Amino acid sequence: MATITERPLTSRLRQDREPVLAEEYERAGGYQGLRAALRMAPNEVTDLVKRSHLCGRGGAGFPTGMKWSFVPMGKDAPHPKYLVANADEMEPGTFKDRALMEGDPHQLIEGMAIAAYAIEADIAFIFLRGEYQLSARRLTQALAEAYERHYLGRNILGSGYSLEMYLHISAGRYICGEETALLNALEGKRAHPRAKPPFPQVSGLFGKPTIVQNVETLCNLPHIVSKGAEWFLGLSPTGEGGTKLFGVSGKVKKPGLWELPLGAPLRELLEEHAGGMRDGTRFRGVLPGGASTDFLVDEHLDTPMDYAHVAKAGSRLGTGTMVVLDDQTCPVGMVWNLEHFFAQESCGWCTPCWSGLGWTEKILLAMEEGTAVQHDLEILKFQPKFMAPGNTFCAFAPGAMEPLQSALKYFGDDFQRHIKEKRCPWR
Amino acid sequence: MAKIFVENKPYEVDAKQNLLHACLSLGFDLPYFCWHPALGSVGACRQCAVKQFKNEQDITGKLTMACMAPASEGTRISIQDADAAEFRRAVIQGLMLNHPHDCPVCDEGGECHLQDMTVMTGHSHRTYNSPKRTFKNQYLGPFINHEMNRCIQCQRCVRYYREYAGGDDLNAFRLRDTVFFGRAEDGVLENEFSGNLVEVCPTGVFTDATLKHHYTRKWDLQMAPSVCTHCALGCNTTVGERYGSMRRVVNRYNHEVNGYFLCDRGRFGYEFTNSPARLKEPMMRGAVVSKSAALESITVGGRAIGIGSPRASLESNYALRQLVGAERFYAGVSGAEGTAVAAALSILKSGAVPSASLLDVEQADGVLVLGEDVLNVAPLMALRLRQSLRNAPMRAAKKFNIPPWLDHAVREMVQDQQGPLFIASPYATKLDAVATATERAAPDDIARLGFAIANAIDRGAPEVAELSEETRTLAASIAHALLGAERPLVISGASCLSTAVVEAAAQVAWALHRQGRAQTRIAFTMPEANTFGLALLESKTLADALKEDGIDTAIVLENDLFRRAPEHLVREFFEKVPHVVVLDCLPTLTTAAAEFVLPAGTAAETSGTLVNSEGRAQRFLRAFVPSGSVQESWRWIRDIAVAGGRTDCAWQTLDQIIAAMAQDCPALREVPEAAPARDEAGKIAREPDRYSGRTSMLANITVHEPKPPQDVDSALAFSMESGFRPAPAPLIPFFWAPGWNSIQATNKYQTEVGGPLRGGDPGTRLVAASVQAAEYFREIPAAFRPAAGEWLVCPAFHIFGSEELSRHAPGIAELTPKPYIALNPVDAEVLGLHAGDAVQVTLDGVTGVVPAILRADLPRGVACLPAGLPPFEGCALPSPGKLALAKPEFSVRGTP
Amino acid sequence: MLSPEVVTELLSVEEREEIEAEAAHYPVRRAVCIDAMLIVQRHRGWVSDESLGAIAELLGMSTADLDGIATFYNLIRRRPVGRHVAMLCDSVSCWIMGYNRVRDHLCKQLGVPMGGTTADNRFTLLPIVCLGACDRAPAMMIDGELYTDLDEQRINTLLERCE
Ligand SMILES: Cc1cc2nc3c(=O)[nH]c(=O)nc-3n(C[C@H](O)[C@H](O)[C@H](O)COP(=O)(O)O)c2cc1C
Ligand code: SF4
Ligand code: FES
Repeated sequence: MATITERPLTSRLRQDREPVLAEEYERAGGYQGLRAALRMAPNEVTDLVKRSHLCGRGGAGFPTGMKWSFVPMGKDAPHPKYLVANADEMEPGTFKDRALMEGDPHQLIEGMAIAAYAIEADIAFIFLRGEYQLSARRLTQALAEAYERHYLGRNILGSGYSLEMYLHISAGRYICGEETALLNALEGKRAHPRAKPPFPQVSGLFGKPTIVQNVETLCNLPHIVSKGAEWFLGLSPTGEGGTKLFGVSGKVKKPGLWELPLGAPLRELLEEHAGGMRDGTRFRGVLPGGASTDFLVDEHLDTPMDYAHVAKAGSRLGTGTMVVLDDQTCPVGMVWNLEHFFAQESCGWCTPCWSGLGWTEKILLAMEEGTAVQHDLEILKFQPKFMAPGNTFCAFAPGAMEPLQSALKYFGDDFQRHIKEKRCPWR
Repeated sequence: MAKIFVENKPYEVDAKQNLLHACLSLGFDLPYFCWHPALGSVGACRQCAVKQFKNEQDITGKLTMACMAPASEGTRISIQDADAAEFRRAVIQGLMLNHPHDCPVCDEGGECHLQDMTVMTGHSHRTYNSPKRTFKNQYLGPFINHEMNRCIQCQRCVRYYREYAGGDDLNAFRLRDTVFFGRAEDGVLENEFSGNLVEVCPTGVFTDATLKHHYTRKWDLQMAPSVCTHCALGCNTTVGERYGSMRRVVNRYNHEVNGYFLCDRGRFGYEFTNSPARLKEPMMRGAVVSKSAALESITVGGRAIGIGSPRASLESNYALRQLVGAERFYAGVSGAEGTAVAAALSILKSGAVPSASLLDVEQADGVLVLGEDVLNVAPLMALRLRQSLRNAPMRAAKKFNIPPWLDHAVREMVQDQQGPLFIASPYATKLDAVATATERAAPDDIARLGFAIANAIDRGAPEVAELSEETRTLAASIAHALLGAERPLVISGASCLSTAVVEAAAQVAWALHRQGRAQTRIAFTMPEANTFGLALLESKTLADALKEDGIDTAIVLENDLFRRAPEHLVREFFEKVPHVVVLDCLPTLTTAAAEFVLPAGTAAETSGTLVNSEGRAQRFLRAFVPSGSVQESWRWIRDIAVAGGRTDCAWQTLDQIIAAMAQDCPALREVPEAAPARDEAGKIAREPDRYSGRTSMLANITVHEPKPPQDVDSALAFSMESGFRPAPAPLIPFFWAPGWNSIQATNKYQTEVGGPLRGGDPGTRLVAASVQAAEYFREIPAAFRPAAGEWLVCPAFHIFGSEELSRHAPGIAELTPKPYIALNPVDAEVLGLHAGDAVQVTLDGVTGVVPAILRADLPRGVACLPAGLPPFEGCALPSPGKLALAKPEFSVRGTP
Repeated sequence: MLSPEVVTELLSVEEREEIEAEAAHYPVRRAVCIDAMLIVQRHRGWVSDESLGAIAELLGMSTADLDGIATFYNLIRRRPVGRHVAMLCDSVSCWIMGYNRVRDHLCKQLGVPMGGTTADNRFTLLPIVCLGACDRAPAMMIDGELYTDLDEQRINTLLERCE
């Protein structure tokens, strides 16, 4: 059994699933990070975050402090500047940000206030997916409390710094999680992604400098500011810094969500925390970080779950919430389900994505229905090449290709069987 | 400039552009869809992929969308690279998944960018065997046909319609592979530039609904370079004919004039040419007679006068002037119009500020409009003006290194910011929505505002007496904004028929110029296609003609005098003139009153020269030989002259009459430069290489293929055989290049994509600014004070309806407003009037009854009538009038 | 275009107040359009053509503008729904954990296919993407409340609770 050292993000979460409100939050050391940050210069906060090596927890893993350093600062900088918490969490298999928002909403607010201060933002939005109604209620309550206690609003805690923070409820669509599509959604437009460059740090929401950051990323900030970069770096055995929320779903004995050091081994997660496979099922593979990551299989079970090691194993850490494929479940069916999702959610902007995913989904369905032919497999194999990173406008379609390309690699025989037997062997 | 390498060979390209632009400008064939030279790059279709290499050593490279990458120094790319080619094939395959197999019955076939690009990428075999997605089409009005199943989701239509043309009733709906491009519900597209969708859409989703009524395969059209005659801007067009009737109009690119686009009046107004009412044969007292009988009966003695026309060619006007003598030649326009136009012309010639081309308009970064409804009077100027509003805010984008061609990035940064635009006009105009500030006022007050702005710019310009504090403040802020512009522009014109307004506009431009704004430009919109051409002949006006006594014969050139003067005055005139000869293409009240009517050709059927509102002489060439006795008016006039024994008017060819005109009239000396003469340009086919049916077209009459008609007027032949390609720019009958059958072939004719045509843009400026600055105008009108019981009745212009000829096109007729008089609700209350009430209007001696509409934007004491529409089309507006509540039965005279 | 009077008629005072309160958060009015549609939907269950027109007018946009946005997002409903809306997660973890079975049971119990509304207008049954309850799959949402670890038994109880 691995030793769990510290759980800064989740240690306050209550057993009864009720939210930690302001008083309780403060008693547990809440808003000390913000107080400390306000005593520093904004660029010192950015430097601190840079030194902590905190990387984005929304999927892409970009270094957070570095991202902030591109924001124009000082007197000539355009205003208002914006900070946006990306609470869209729609990646299938992902259920981590919801836990943080429902259980400890002030932690997010404090993290946002720190980030906003570091980039001298004037306005912050929490971009929350519409289905998260409980999160919405709890965040609304926490926001009111934070305003009341002068953690938000004009002249925060007498520091001279002011920040308005609003909750924006999204009307749905996975693509809204993509940070530039999110900006269009916030502007009340169709949520097509935007071209990069220019990056949002320079021209973002309403054309103004904007930082978009995942909920979990932001929740780390109060702790980094309170306890320092060294402490944060020391949390993870592989040196990438910090803890990570890991989740496991699928036919395991104890599906759930845990905060563990970044770099905890995959096997420990699956076998110890998730309790191993359910009786009568065998492990075949796992999407390590949500629907848009490549399958890992048996041979990868000893991979430490951090950005670099998962990448070396041929996948991505993604959101750190994994979906397990077992031997009673058809891999082709599972991939069909995933590609159906992606095909439905394609924003329709770029050709490879809207045409390629539509076709991919139809072929996978044909396989499941037993009507696919050998040539269809060739077409299927071509799609990941077609929708490779750089070929599409944004990272959505390449993400969609990750489970497909790895399934073709690891479960190729299953695809063949569907064609040869003209049926799904699992049905 | 930057050096880039394509397939390892070095090329010099424009570093400020993207790689797609660079490749196309270099003449490479690189397919694309979502990019459009006027719309910039958004990287949606992914069709323009090339392989990009980091350096000479890099042999792996990386796929890049050429339209999204800058053509920066040292860039190394390959178009032929196998991965890039394969990817492009896959993209086309993706686009074709749902595309119907309907090329053989598709309106776009043969001129389809999607067809061209499919062939270019080599995709020829469909492996997709699932059902295709299908859509319901919408009714979009008389101009545009909708066939959504053909859509490839390139986004061009909505980008053009919404972002470029400013429309908001067309949009993209839904997402994934089922995006629907259309309206929220069936209905007429509201934007005045909707017709460009036909060319912007790379396939057959939006097609020309008027062409559909008399459809012809694009390769079966006989085409010629023409000039739009439906306003004074002179947009260049390509007109197409088949079986003796006109089938359609498309844009003919001219960098400095219309660029890539036309307005809907210009594109769809052509159908008047096919009107069943067309005059085809000479008539004498209402009966058809032979040409010779007509010519024998017309005598032109010493007491004949000629009345010219601002919608007839320079040649025809000149011919008439030669026939009757310069002192007996009258411009067929009202006195007020003549004065205002002459004032504008003299300002352009004697002031130091040159007139603006439409390209100049697009490049302006601070604009003042005085007294004009630009959209309805000079539509395409409004479209280009709209683009200019991005120039000032785009400077911010440049600061952040966002190149202007990266279209959405710029728009996202700029958001709703607009550059300075100020509009002072008698009524609210559609462009007001994007204006910084607007002012609604009577013409005299508009002029006063202009003079006040000039004074605020340069204290040397005279002060305006008794100026209100508000106007002073407004003038100061406009002056400030214009002084802050690098390329300020003042737009005015003859719409208010006010010399004061025209002079005030000049005053502002001159003041800016004196303050060191050397790039200042001035643009005067003009009423008709050849208003400036006619004005250059410097003649008296119709008002003077109507006063003449002792006239034997009046020859009226392509002009309905009932639109130029109040009906009773024209009738009196006709009563006192024993012989009236009228040349025109359609019956009018004037032709009805004439003793002789001679059928004149329309622009598509004839060749000649027009001078647009910029002062640019442009040649239009006939697409086909009209049926019946129809011919150029100048040829009719020559025939009359020759029949009467005159030898000085015996021009045989267009070049001859042009030469004579250039020699006679110093102002027209440069006209021959507008286009090469017949013998200067070899032989140019009007028919595409694939023109079909030549031998069978007349098979029901004769199996012998007749000799094609000869064209003595131009290098263009009524034939498929061409001497050499490409034709000189002014003579390009249509844009075509191997593999490029759609209008996108324009790329192949430009010095660089989106730049001037090779050999220079068509047309030649006849009017140049003087080196020396003119003196400021000192006469400033007093403020407008409505007289009790009297209204200043101003013209309200309608893109569909106000112009005479296009109104005979069924689609335009459908969108023409019903008669009305508009007035301010407070004024209406004084009269005890409600919306919809019948109002008796008396002005210029004409009385009519029209329903009232109430418009809060109208200043007190100002009323508006739709310009050019019955029953007041003969009254020169603005003019003072009386209004009274009338009985509800309207006595509206019908349209002739 | 609707006149301001008609807008007043078509949107309730509460709706307009809520929309204006949200609008204050954005530098441009049209940015609030998605919030506005969700607000109206919260009050009326869906966004009818009339509501859409009224919102467009209130925010100074065209109906094509607004409908283009409405049809992009899946939580904006342009068709009427029943008194209760059940949204069943059809994404990967729920699919693995028995989505098909749960769906078939739901459809049978309600007598409608996915996307349908019961004849008595009691229920509308819609598919929804991952509800972020993957560790307790299969999951569904009824009227905004999340229900997890679904099986036939639990579904029956849940349905019974809704009038
Ligand atoms: C299709 C797509 C969906 C995404 N969805 C989310 C999401 O729901 N939540 C999130 O935080 N990031 C999401 N991302 C990543 C964001 O684009 C962005 O990288 C992230 O919000 C940045 O925050 P971080 O650096 O803190 O991770 C998504 C990216 C893509 C391409
Ligand atoms: S890959 Fe293209 S179509 Fe797909 S979501 Fe991104 S931009 Fe939209
Ligand atoms: S033309 Fe380059 S992506 Fe469409």
